[in-house]
Amino acid sequence: MYVAVKGGEAAIANAHSLLADRRRGDRSVPALRLDQIVEQLALGVDRVMSEGSLYDRELAALAIVQARGDMIEAIFLVRAYRTTLPRFGYSKPIDTANMLVERRVSATYKDLPGGQLLGPTFDYTHRLLDPELAAGADVAEPLLRETEAQAMPRVSAILAREGLIEPDGDMPQDHVPGDITREPLEFPMARDIRLQALSRGDEGFLLALGYSTQRGYARNHPFVGEIRIGEVELELDVPELPFAVPLGTVRVTECQMVNQFKGSAKAPPQFTRGYGLVFGQSERKAMAMALCDRALRAKELGEDVVAAAQDEEFVISHSDNVQATGFVEHLKLPHYVDFQAELDLVRRMRAEHDARENPPKGDEKREAAE
Amino acid sequence: MRGQEARDQAERKAAMATLAQSSGDDIVRLWNEAGLPSDAELLRGPETGLVTLRGRIGGGGAPFNVGEATVTRATVRLPTGQVGHCYALGRDKQKARLAAIADALWQDPARRTEVEAGLIAPLRSALTTAHEKRRAETAATKVDFFTMVRGED
Repeated sequence: MYVAVKGGEAAIANAHSLLADRRRGDRSVPALRLDQIVEQLALGVDRVMSEGSLYDRELAALAIVQARGDMIEAIFLVRAYRTTLPRFGYSKPIDTANMLVERRVSATYKDLPGGQLLGPTFDYTHRLLDPELAAGADVAEPLLRETEAQAMPRVSAILAREGLIEPDGDMPQDHVPGDITREPLEFPMARDIRLQALSRGDEGFLLALGYSTQRGYARNHPFVGEIRIGEVELELDVPELPFAVPLGTVRVTECQMVNQFKGSAKAPPQFTRGYGLVFGQSERKAMAMALCDRALRAKELGEDVVAAAQDEEFVISHSDNVQATGFVEHLKLPHYVDFQAELDLVRRMRAEHDARENPPKGDEKREAAE
Repeated sequence: MRGQEARDQAERKAAMATLAQSSGDDIVRLWNEAGLPSDAELLRGPETGLVTLRGRIGGGGAPFNVGEATVTRATVRLPTGQVGHCYALGRDKQKARLAAIADALWQDPARRTEVEAGLIAPLRSALTTAHEKRRAETAATKVDFFTMVRGED
């Protein structure tokens, strides 16, 4: 018999105050300010904005402190906050060709209009820990180089002139972009909805899947056509104004992956593409997203679906780390009744099993003894 | 649309863009320096909500939803009747209120020059300086390829 019990209120309250204490840590160490996190842990803030699916640096910084640096917990906090706000509308699509570029590289063309701009990158660093940083040494101002503002067309536009690459992804004329925050996931899904899910998907999960395609599970020979990072202007159509109202600028990372494609019954030999677009400076995520986007287009391009990265339902259903952590972590909550039932069941099954394996042999034994 | 009306709309939009991109602190400082009036009736907000940011597949293809951004908006009416609006990224309510008042003042022909000279122009100049600096910092990281000459000829 199971008797329902209550309790734990005091334990929970005390646990939360202990959490607050541990979060603050040694009081002789100055408390972190949000602006320090925004400025100095900027890429962590970007990750929380991207996977929390909410562009707001200060809120992401608050979430990181509140979560003691646990990124998935911080992402969870941001997602929860999002649900408390009304929605004003959908922005006009951003124009990444008109970006104030802070980094732009292409692995396919050396000399492209606008050039290769390395920007603030970890690439080509030696990955040696820096004791001077630990000592808090002053940092020099960056160098400047005066140049004329140059147009920086997307690399995909350059390749398109030769007709050897597929165009930007189109949807039917009357297609309204799907929104996974409004409608439940349904499979198969259109590419626009997949991209929304991938853009807020878990970086580690998408990275592993992207890596799997490179290692041969749905190989599609990718090249980085272009990565660009920078600020784009955001505009919103509102009924009270006769023009789209400017909202300010957001920093995004865009990745154009170019993939070799030998052609199929559905499409001629050409370069195909995968696309990545994420909040903030997050090029690993944008690249992983582009690899997954391309792999998930297998059916559309007439390829055999043979690997995990090509399986839309598998990838999209498991890419959201808030859903994933919710389901995995709920296992630690009380399951006393479920387990009691399982325990009873196993006891009964064990008794039946024992009865089958060792039928009563009392009579035979007695005969032998006699 | 007549030419003047189109020009006015473009200028008003440019002023709103400058206000939206500027920090609340800069707006408050210049507002006080310029001695702009801040009495206005709040018709809506300031209130914070979400705008879903859209991108395009492949950069130029069909639109898709990327994620949300916080946006704060306000609508005000001046004692002289002009109605001004502000929508700006972030959660700065004072900035939204002042930017909406600035938009309303801008629509008053008697006040436009004052708003442009005292508020919009200095904000725009600061933004331009910041953008030029960013561009020059990025330009310093541009790769200059050169060809190694090999052999005798």
